[in-house]
Amino acid sequence: MSTVDARLSVFKTYKLYVGGKFPRSESGRVYEVTDGKGNWLANAPLSSRKDARDAVVAARKAFGGWSGATAYNRGQILYRVAEMLEGRRDQFIAEVADAEGRSKSKATAQVDAAIDRWVWYAGWSDKVAQIAGGANPVAGPYFNLSAPEPTGVVAALAPQESSFLGLVSVIAPAVVTGNTVVVVASENSPLPALSLGEVLATSDLPGGVVNVLSGRTAEIAAPLAAHQDVSALDLAGADAGLAKELETAAADNLKRVLRPRAEDWSADPGTDRLLAFLETKTVWHPMGV
Amino acid sequence: MAASRGMTLRYARRYAPLVTMPITVPAYGKEAAGRLASMADVTADDGALRRFLHGLPGVDAVGLEARAATLGTRSIKTTAKAYAIDLALTMIDLTTLEGADTPGKVRALCAKGINPDPTDRTAPKVAAICVYPDMVATAKEALGDSGIHVASVATAFPAGRAALPVKLADTRDAVAAGADEIDMVIDRGAFLSGRYMQVFEEIKAVKEACARPDGTAAHLKVIFETGELQTYDNVRRVSWLSMLAGADFIKTSTGKVAVNATPPVTLLMLEAVRDFHAATGVQVGVKPAGGIRTTKDAIKYLVMVNETLGEPWLTPDWFRFGASSLLNDLLMQRQKLSTGRYSGPDYVTVD
Repeated sequence: MSTVDARLSVFKTYKLYVGGKFPRSESGRVYEVTDGKGNWLANAPLSSRKDARDAVVAARKAFGGWSGATAYNRGQILYRVAEMLEGRRDQFIAEVADAEGRSKSKATAQVDAAIDRWVWYAGWSDKVAQIAGGANPVAGPYFNLSAPEPTGVVAALAPQESSFLGLVSVIAPAVVTGNTVVVVASENSPLPALSLGEVLATSDLPGGVVNVLSGRTAEIAAPLAAHQDVSALDLAGADAGLAKELETAAADNLKRVLRPRAEDWSADPGTDRLLAFLETKTVWHPMGV
Repeated sequence: MAASRGMTLRYARRYAPLVTMPITVPAYGKEAAGRLASMADVTADDGALRRFLHGLPGVDAVGLEARAATLGTRSIKTTAKAYAIDLALTMIDLTTLEGADTPGKVRALCAKGINPDPTDRTAPKVAAICVYPDMVATAKEALGDSGIHVASVATAFPAGRAALPVKLADTRDAVAAGADEIDMVIDRGAFLSGRYMQVFEEIKAVKEACARPDGTAAHLKVIFETGELQTYDNVRRVSWLSMLAGADFIKTSTGKVAVNATPPVTLLMLEAVRDFHAATGVQVGVKPAGGIRTTKDAIKYLVMVNETLGEPWLTPDWFRFGASSLLNDLLMQRQKLSTGRYSGPDYVTVD
């Protein structure tokens, strides 16, 4: 018989985050996630192409409302995400330390940087139009204004090595401008990404704006790259061979593609990712009417 | 085997293989009237009709829902799926029933019905375009000789709350404008308050109003609005009542109330059609309408038809979908099958 104070261990079932809900993979499959030394951490859902399809449907459905929200409102919501992350800081530090085999202090630095980055991007929501748009001088009695608009559903492959800071660095710049995102978590360390779903679900972010899938990157990325309803592709987490394949598939419906490059995720991110998933709308308006 | 009040469905089903089956005749044909006349004793007066309808076996609700759910679990893939998608496409009554309908919108819908996928001319055309009576002429003209029927709702659709002469005039108008099919609504108020004979006579009168001067007639679909009928028993009763009154098609709903076509209700109507066919040999069609939006749903219905009524009903002549958004989903699935990549709403028309 067990002693009185012995508790049964309560394992967490990591699930996908799609359309504001936490489904298991449609396929019912899971795969083992281990830490750097090969110790089992948890089972994560092994998503199929149908999960990718469902995620795109959810993201497209959320696009109208999210892109139509005021920049101010989007900024507030993203700041709220940072607040929720702060509250779960310890959990993320533990998960990042396990996932990336880092010491606690290094993991803490990663998580803090990720939260700060989220805040930094949140601030861009009502400022990006000033740097990416403006009034164009034209030779006629017109105002000519260019304004950046979100491109649509962005399929993002999260960086493989930086399981949390890298993940935040691809999600936040895409959603802050009004895009909706389907993100494929790091294949070997998806747990921080799946936990991020729980944070997003409790921070006023409308369901479907961010959808998190875990599994084999190549398996999920292929249908996403070929999907006619995906508007852009962020290949941060693809190796050279896979990236070429995906770019070819993405060319079919002229997706915007952000190609993989060597990135130091802890460095100042700049506005590259912010501006990568925008389209410019230019309007002519008669003067003096 | 003269039908009598005592001859219940159960007996009809049990002895069906043993007795000589009547030869199948379509509900819209001349012979059907004769077959219905053989059932005249149950429709002779209000009391006889009531006794017959209330003598029908009660519906096992749990069993019905379980059966419908089971039939919805079949996995239809690859070539079978391609076949099912094209079959469902040809069964669509492409519908626009809005107060805001314009001739332009109806013409656009007709163009879509003729050629559902402009990027793939192999996509089959739909069965019919379903409109309000005042749009029949517009639709007829737009469809030309494409072979697509024009279906018109009539009889004060969707409420059915108008005097009989108004309903008949509504119907005659639509037929005169060239409607090939009439979708009438029953008087749910009369049915729910037990005035079965009134409903029966009304359907008969509308059927007569569907006749054209040249002796042919528009096909009559009878809408039950099952969402308002409260019980499965009522659905079974109204199915029999309508078929006895001469309905060519029985249809679940108007699409204007909260509850529309559901798999159990449709299954129940399919079973009623099967039993009616076993008893009289008259073939009647079924049309679920409203709430069927995805290819997956449509295929579930096709499985139900195949399992309940079999191959003879798997044609646009005997089974239809009343739908508008279903078409786009079928087209997207069709594109997925032919190209291998998922399609999106940007590649089908917005209507």
